[in-house]
This record gives sequence, structure tokens and C-alpha cells, in this order.
Amino acid sequence: MSAASEAETRFEREDTRRRWLLSTPALLIILVAAVGPLLVVLLYSFLAPGSYGDVRWQFSSDAWFNVFLERDIFDDTLAPAWAHLSIFWRSMKLAFITTLLTLVFGFPTAYFIATRDERTREIWLFLITIPFWTNLLIRTFALQEVIRQEGLLNTLLLKLGLISQPIPMLFTDFAIGLGMTYVYLPLMVLPLYASMERIDFRIVEAGYDLYASRFGVLRRIIVPLVKPGIIAGSILVFIPSLGAYVTPRVLGGGKSMMLGNLIELQFGQGRNWPLGAALSIALMAIVMIALLFYVRNASRGGPTHG
Amino acid sequence: MQWKQTVLGLGLALAGSTGLAHAEGELNIYNWGNYTSAELIKKFEDTYKVKVTITDYDSNDTALAKVRQGGHGFDIVVPSGASLPAWINDGLLLETRPDQMENFKNMDPQWVDVPFDPGRHYTVPWQWGTTGMTVNSSVYKGDPNTSAIFLDPPAELVGKINVLPELTDIMPLAIMYFGGEQCTSDKELLRKVRDKLVEAKPKWASIDYGNVEKYAKGDAAAGTNYNGASFRARLLNKDIVYGYPKEGYPVWMDNVAVLKDAKNVENAKLFQNFIMDPQNAAMISAFARYANGIKGSEQYLPEDMKTAPEINVPAEFKAAGKFNVTCPAEAQALYTRIWTEIQK
Amino acid sequence: MARSFSVRAQPGFTTVALICFFLLYLPIATLVVYAFNAGTSIAIWEGFSLRWFHQAWNNSQVIDASIRSVQIATAAAILATICATMAALATTRTRAYRGLTAKYAFINAPLMVPEIVTAVALLIVFSRVKIATGYSGLGYLILAHTAFCIPFAYLPIRARLEAMDLSLETAAADLYATRWQAFRRVTLPLLWPGILAGLMLAFVISLDDVVITEFVKSGGQDTLPTYMLGQLRRVVTPEMNAISTVFLAISILIVTVFFFISRKRDV
Repeated sequence: MSAASEAETRFEREDTRRRWLLSTPALLIILVAAVGPLLVVLLYSFLAPGSYGDVRWQFSSDAWFNVFLERDIFDDTLAPAWAHLSIFWRSMKLAFITTLLTLVFGFPTAYFIATRDERTREIWLFLITIPFWTNLLIRTFALQEVIRQEGLLNTLLLKLGLISQPIPMLFTDFAIGLGMTYVYLPLMVLPLYASMERIDFRIVEAGYDLYASRFGVLRRIIVPLVKPGIIAGSILVFIPSLGAYVTPRVLGGGKSMMLGNLIELQFGQGRNWPLGAALSIALMAIVMIALLFYVRNASRGGPTHG
Repeated sequence: MQWKQTVLGLGLALAGSTGLAHAEGELNIYNWGNYTSAELIKKFEDTYKVKVTITDYDSNDTALAKVRQGGHGFDIVVPSGASLPAWINDGLLLETRPDQMENFKNMDPQWVDVPFDPGRHYTVPWQWGTTGMTVNSSVYKGDPNTSAIFLDPPAELVGKINVLPELTDIMPLAIMYFGGEQCTSDKELLRKVRDKLVEAKPKWASIDYGNVEKYAKGDAAAGTNYNGASFRARLLNKDIVYGYPKEGYPVWMDNVAVLKDAKNVENAKLFQNFIMDPQNAAMISAFARYANGIKGSEQYLPEDMKTAPEINVPAEFKAAGKFNVTCPAEAQALYTRIWTEIQK
Repeated sequence: MARSFSVRAQPGFTTVALICFFLLYLPIATLVVYAFNAGTSIAIWEGFSLRWFHQAWNNSQVIDASIRSVQIATAAAILATICATMAALATTRTRAYRGLTAKYAFINAPLMVPEIVTAVALLIVFSRVKIATGYSGLGYLILAHTAFCIPFAYLPIRARLEAMDLSLETAAADLYATRWQAFRRVTLPLLWPGILAGLMLAFVISLDDVVITEFVKSGGQDTLPTYMLGQLRRVVTPEMNAISTVFLAISILIVTVFFFISRKRDV
């Protein structure tokens, strides 16, 4: 081994050590106050439910069995747990649509902010987050007031003569879409902004010389440049919205369950903590695998490892 | 005078280390959110020179889970009657014998021998209410006193019904609709209940809490609701009426109990006695807008509550009311499955 | 050029952005209006009054909860952002090293766990600690909030870092800048928009948390969201609107001050 490569190895080792040191505080806090305690939940998923909530210290695999399979309440036949699957599917769909909607509305908004002059940029950024200083429930109730039958939007449209009858909006899919976009928009806009803010517009200018069309420039230059932001934003919207149920309930009427209330039900009135634990661990595993897969694919070819 | 100070200092230090110092002037109340009258607390603080801290919870299950784990620091908790057996069985409550307290004479006799605390050895009533039907009489002119409102809705109410997102309110209503007993695990009956709920669900508008605006502003024209919420809705929209399902409806009662690991037991007992005073009980009702269980408090109630049919159950509907109970685990498991299935 | 061709403009983007801002503030406007309602409803107008501001002002529980919420959110957001910045520096712009993917997954793990599950797990663990140590202060809430805020701060900062190359820092190193100098003078200013975005996200996420707080809080530690949660089942009064309005007023004040400071700095 040459001296040069030896020095390089030493440098690399040193670098890795420093990188571990730098990430220690974050890893430690998450270990203590998020992931570590989850081991308790993992343990609980293998116990029997207590008769008034909590668990009985007795091994049982019922919870895991019931995540995937169920015996019919009435004729005892064994079948896949369709109820769980359909609730899971509904939440996935909602999270996907929410991510798409926040991207469609958040991208132009972030772009708008990033292209303001340097002085006002941070002000616009603040303006995006200020509505979120108010409580989620209060905000959702306010949104209800905007879209209800006798609400602000209908009254406005009626007064302007644009419609002759109030449009029913509350308790529709439109309401859920609107509400979810509303609630999750900053989670998309802020990461997008973070990666857009430093777009070098000389590259964009050069792009116009080559592609000429605005859409071409957007697709071939801007989007690839802000890809890390798109990835980060999508993760921050998709995963939390998987567990959302307050907005679908208050605005959509909540006639169908979401994953969030299915799991909460087991820890509350359902008094089946082991099932709640097993359901959430299953969910976590699926999301984790999907995330790693997504990040690996999405960042391929991108400027990830500079 | 030096020795006096030393003794005092020592005494204080000792008291501090054993936790006795708390008993002088603190009380930690763990109650449902938005349920405690600030006026009442102020009066208690002034009367007994005690500093009261209020902490909120949102469900019996949360409160039970937290107290069970310990390390919470609460003295008083206010669980619903239905969940009290769990608290008592787990040995979480202190037997303070309210039945021997001075103000017990004010207790309404009908609330003394309650199934969840016979003879009132542990608890004192806080507020009680019913789960029934809220109906907008300008939309539906028929009889509101039936669970058919949400299970077999009349044509004019279809698509305008709100159902509470609480399995422990809806299952008893549906079971009693078919003549069953709460907590039944009779599969034939439960099959009927499930089929009926599945059939009725498409006719509902929403499964959500029945907040006042929902009825007053016409998002919903009928639905299952708590009596106090229905009462508030009527104050904003006079067409709102409250129905007591004749097939049977749940009655719930929240009760003040002292925790076994309370640090301020004496103050907690004082509080139990304090709220059995009619004037004080009326303060709770004036704020929370539900009935209390104390005789003679009626005269101190706000005018609008004195005769409200939502708060004072009319005699002909009294018999149909059944105390909400916590069902055995097996029955509860069936109910959770049904509840999940209708919303899948 | 008569009409300058702006390389920055994209057709329709400004319109969409302005619509977004309008829609974001529309419900906020109704919320503020009903804070001044004389009636008890958050949606039925019964005349103008300041009664809810009075009531909130005299309700020590709600004032304490507001202050506590801001304290926790500030502490948690700052801690989370510092940790996340360090972690992002450690996990980007490097060749793959052993444990890198695992680290990435671990840092994002708090995102993936349904809130109620973290809440129950923390309840079980923290109550043991509370009994053992006798300490039941705000530390538990700040720690729990910091943990779930880290991924919200980490992802935007990381996104920013990924798009930055190392050439400037290398240049600084070539000029004999120490590691800290290079970070302070080169990396940090470049990274700032990402850090700011992360900090703001962490702050609002912490400010809005309800389930974990509900399970971790000790006696007398209600925050605004847990206080609000109790109203859901009973009745929601404009008191909450009044508080939100005060919050909005304060935040707008902060923005204004910020605006003038940044102007001065530039002049």
C-alpha cells in the first residue's frame, strides 16, 4: 500500500468517525424519546389484551393473527381481514392524493417565494407558516365555515351571481382534498423552497438558449435541480397524512375509517392494545420499506452524493 | 427566638421531604376538558386557601392509562360511571366514604345506590346526561323519541344525519333498538344490529361530534347527540328538539373520585364535600350545561336550564334510560369488530 | 429589449401562488371575525364584542397553556433544528459509508410511527422515570417534542445540502480556514434557507401536537391543543378564536419587525 492511499484511508476513517459524532445528538434523542420506547410496543403486540385496556402478561399471537386474518363474528369462517385492508388502502389513497395536490399547489408557491427579491423572501416564507400558528382543530372548523351550505364561499358566489343555488361542498371528497391540502401545504412548500432558493438562474438562462420553451426549462432544468426538495416534501406530506383522520372527519364527514382512527380505537374504546400495537408495527414496517425504496429510486442520478 | 426559627425550618424541611407540605395548600384535579367551572374553583380556593391545578383529559381510556402507569401527581379524577369498575378493581381509588360526609344529605337519593358505586363509598356525582336524538323540527315533524331517527331514518332526514363517533354510545342505542340488553353477546341479535347499521350508514351525512354549529347551521338535520350539546344548539336555533329514544337510551354520569396515590387527600375530600353543596353544584351545571346529582341545586341554576327538557328528563321517558356500563372484554371485542366493519 | 424577458417567470405560477395565499388566509379571516362575536358560537354572528378576549385573559388555565405551548415549541424547535443540522451534515455529500442508510431510516423513524403508539410507549417509559427521579417538569414534553420534530427539520435541511456542492468549502480549506471557520463563513450562510425552513416546520409541528402531549404531560401541563381537545366533545366557543387571533397578531408583529430589521441591515 502506498503512503498516499494509506493517508486517504486514514482520512476516510477520520471522516466517518466525525460523521458519527455529528449525528449522535439526533440519534440519541430519537432513541430515548421515540424509537427506544417502541420496543415496549413491540413486546405488547405479543401479549393478551387486559379486560379494561392495557395488557395481560401472557403470551399471545392473536394480535398479529388479527392484523391479517379474521374469523367471521357470526359463522366463524376464516378470511383475510378485509376491513383492515380496505381501511389501509383508503388511507394510502388519501395520502397519495394529498401529496400530489400539495405538490401541484406547493411547487408554484415555493417557486414564487424563491424568486422574490432577497429581502422579502423570508417574509413570504413566514406568511406561509403563520396560519399554522393557530390550532389545527380551530383551523379546520374555520374551513368548515368557509365551505358549508350557508358558508362564506357559497354566500360570496351567490352574491356575485355566479351560482343560483349553494353548492354542497361540506362532507364531500372535494372538502377532504381541500382540507388536506390546506393542512399539509407548508410541509411541501418549505422543503421545496429550501432547495429552490439557490437555483442559479444563469443555468436557466442557458436553458432558454437551448430549449426555448418555458415548460422545457421547467421540466429539464428546474425540476431536476429541486429534486431533493421534492423528495423531502413528498415524504413529509405522505407519511404524516397516512395517519390523518381529524380533517377527513370534520370536513369529509368521517363516515369511513382511516388508519389513524382504526389504531386509536384499539388503544381507546376498543380496549385491545396488542392489536393496536401490531397494526402500527405492521404499518411502520411497510412505510419504512417503501421509504427506503422510494429514496433509493428517486435519488438515482440526482445530485445526491456530491 | 432563634430556636423557634430552627424548629420551624426543620419542620418545613421535613414536611417538604415527606410531601406533607402539599397538603397545606394544593389540589391537583384531573378532569375532562372544558368541564370545570372557573368560578367554582375560585370559590374553593378562597374558602380553603388551597391552590388548585386543573389538567384536562379527553377520554376515560386516556385518564385510566395515565393513572395506571403512575407518576402523574393527580389527586382527583372524574371518570364516567361506566369506567369506574376498572378504576375500583385496579385499586386506583381511595375509599373516602363520601356517604359519611357532611353535605351528603344533599345527594339526590336516586343517585346514591348506583350500580358502579353502591352506597357511594368512593365517588360524588359531578354531572350526568343522556345520549339521545337531536332533531330539527322544521325538517322532520314526526316523533323524535326513537332511535329510528338514525337507524330507520324517515325520508326527509336521509342524508342529513350525524352520528357520534363513539362506539360506546352507538352500540347500546342500536342494541336497545332491537330490544337487547347492553353488553349482550347474543349473536342473533348482534347480526341484526350489524345489518341495520350497515343498511343505515349510507343514509347518514357524517360520523362526527354534534357540535352546536352543525345543527344550528343546518349541516345536519338530525342525529345522535348528548343532551347538553342539543340544549346549546336549541338556544341558537329554536327548531332543534331533543328526543329520548323509547327503545332505550344510555345515561352517563361522571363522578369525582380521589386517587389512592393522591398527595393531598384532605383537600381532595374537602372538594368532594364542597361540590355536594347545592349552590356549588349549580355552578358546575351553569358552566358545563348538564345536570348534577344534588337536591336543591335547581333554584341556583340559570333560568334557561331550570325547565329545559334536555336537562330535566320528562317523567314518561325516565324508564327507558339505562346506565352506560363497560362491557366484558368478549362482548367489547365483538362490538369493536362491528364498529370497524360498518366503517371499513 | 423593450419588454425584458424574465428567466425567472413561469406561466401561471404567480397566479397559483397568490390563490394559495388567499385560500390559506380565508379561513383565518373568518376565525378572526368570530373572535369578536358577542354570541357563544364560532359560526353564528350575534354582534360585536370583546367578551371572549376578556374571558381568555381572565382564564389562567388558557393563558398558562398558551405560554407553555410557545415555550415547548420554541425549545423543541431550536433543539431539533440544531440536532437535525448536524445530522444532515453527517449524512449528505459523502460516499456511502457503513450505517448510512440505517442512520437515515432511524432519523426519519419518528415520522412513521402513528402518534398514539409513540404516545403510549412514552407514557409507559416516562412514568417509570417520573417515579424513579421524582422530576415531573416540562423536560419530558420538550424531549418528546424534540424527537418527533427532528425529521421535520432534517428533511428540508438535507434537501438544501444535497443541492450544494463541496467546492466552496474545499476552496475555503485551501485558504487555510479551519473547519469551524469554513462552516461558519461558507456552509452556514449557504445552508441558512434550509435551516430556516426546518426551524419553522419544527415550530408549527410542535405547536400543534396533541396526542403525544396528552399522554406525556404531568399535572398542570396542558398545552393549547390539549386544552382545545377537551372542547371537541363539549362545545367550542370563540374563546379559542380570541387566543388564535392574539397569536396571529403576535406573529404578524414578529414578521413586521423582522422585515424592518432586514431592511436596515441591507441599507
